[in-house]
Amino acid sequence: MLKIEDLNVFYGGIHAIKGISFDVPKGKITTLIGANGAGKSTTLRAICSLVKTKTGKVLFEDKNITTLQTDDIVKLGVAMVPEGRRVFPNLTVQENLDLGAFTRDDKEGIAKDQDLFCELFPRLRERLWQKGGTLSGGEQQMLAVARGLMSRPKLLMLDEPSLGLAPLLVQEIIGVIQRISQEGITILLVEQNAFAALKISDYAYVLETGTLVLKGSGEELLNNKDVKKAYLGE
Amino acid sequence: MSLTMLLQNIVNGFSLGSLYALIAIGYTMVYGILRLINFAHGEVFMLAPYFLFYSSMIFVLPWWLSAIIAIVLTALTGMLSERIAYKPLRDAPRISALISAIGVSFFLQNLAIVLFSGIPKSVHRPAFFSKLFQFGEIRIQSTLFASIGISIIVLSLLIYIVYKTKTGLAMRAISKDIETSRLMGVDVNKAISITFVIGSALAAVGGILWSLRFPQIFPTMGTIPGLKAFIAAVVGGIGSIPGAMLGGMLLGMSEILFVTFFPAISGYRDSFVFIILILILFLKPDGILGTKTQEKV
Repeated sequence: MLKIEDLNVFYGGIHAIKGISFDVPKGKITTLIGANGAGKSTTLRAICSLVKTKTGKVLFEDKNITTLQTDDIVKLGVAMVPEGRRVFPNLTVQENLDLGAFTRDDKEGIAKDQDLFCELFPRLRERLWQKGGTLSGGEQQMLAVARGLMSRPKLLMLDEPSLGLAPLLVQEIIGVIQRISQEGITILLVEQNAFAALKISDYAYVLETGTLVLKGSGEELLNNKDVKKAYLGE
Repeated sequence: MSLTMLLQNIVNGFSLGSLYALIAIGYTMVYGILRLINFAHGEVFMLAPYFLFYSSMIFVLPWWLSAIIAIVLTALTGMLSERIAYKPLRDAPRISALISAIGVSFFLQNLAIVLFSGIPKSVHRPAFFSKLFQFGEIRIQSTLFASIGISIIVLSLLIYIVYKTKTGLAMRAISKDIETSRLMGVDVNKAISITFVIGSALAAVGGILWSLRFPQIFPTMGTIPGLKAFIAAVVGGIGSIPGAMLGGMLLGMSEILFVTFFPAISGYRDSFVFIILILILFLKPDGILGTKTQEKV
């Protein structure tokens, strides 16, 4: 579904992503793990054109999207839940969800989807008229995920969805990701919480200072000696 | 001071205030989205009555049609100025865009001097706007009512667009977080263009009403109203649309009442406005309806 070919990204003068290539297969959960500053977020940001790609290609459903504008990429069916949730604090929960559906025009479909996601995240329904800024961290994360889903994406990218959440909420969000995947939406996940992420991943890659050093199925990496030592704290 | 005179001046204050409000919206909307003080806004305001003057004089079109043409042309000028002078500097330090705005201001003013000459032109006032209404002892010119009425209609339309439409939602989202708005599929460049179109169109309505009230137009006529409207936006809380409306009203009313109560020093009316600005900056730097500004990193 998504194919990254020899991607190079520079941040200021720094060579942040050094020629990485990987695939995100349709209907599966693919995870990028790695330490702080390894380039995980930059990779996601390059895919949706929030940062410029120096060389290399991003192919989405065999279409080259490397030089498209972000909003056009979203229209093709790619959604991203950004790091730090980035809920609009000045807008209500309802308005945040409406923005998620910004690229769509089918009023009925939007209303139906909203009902669906409110069932997935019951706490959002109670807070539809509350400002985004007044939600708790966990609620904001739920809103960010629901907002990402409102565009009916084929590919959903999540950047550190468990960051700053209590362990119980981490489990909840991981469960939600699994459920979204079962609905047939392809997932590209970036996580520092390697253990939780690898457990649900079909495929995983380890990123170190801008290069891919390891790949395998989630389970393979969970049992990999180096991964255990570096990311699982064993 | 008689009660009738006071009433007359209150209507007058409302009318002037509504003009300031119309101009102030443009400053506040652009600031809200780009964190840019658009110093060329006063010049955009000045262009509208000129466009009206030429389309009604040279092309001999009816007044209302000329007014619509003038508003459209002014809105286009505002949009083009953003495309040419600010958009290329979107990722540059904020001060660059600010200097560019000052450049646009000088450019438009001097262009107007070259094209329209610096000699003031007298504006023809349609009969509808020069009627006098008599209420007992109070006499009020229809221009004053027209300013208030038209402003209320235009501002209601603006509130509808900003708070009830998808475009408005996108604009409010961008003002908080441009990057995440992009991730929602919002075409940020388009939304910014729309912002300039709306802001400039409101300034055009303000400019036309201004030229009916003070029927002489000249290339530097935008400077002082532009500056005062900017102050109104700051007083109300820059970035806030209700704030700009409130600030404009407050400023127009205080200016008129200042002249009413202290006719001997009425020549200081402009400085009085600046005193209000200084007081507000001392007492509530974020403006009356402003929220605490969080500097974006």
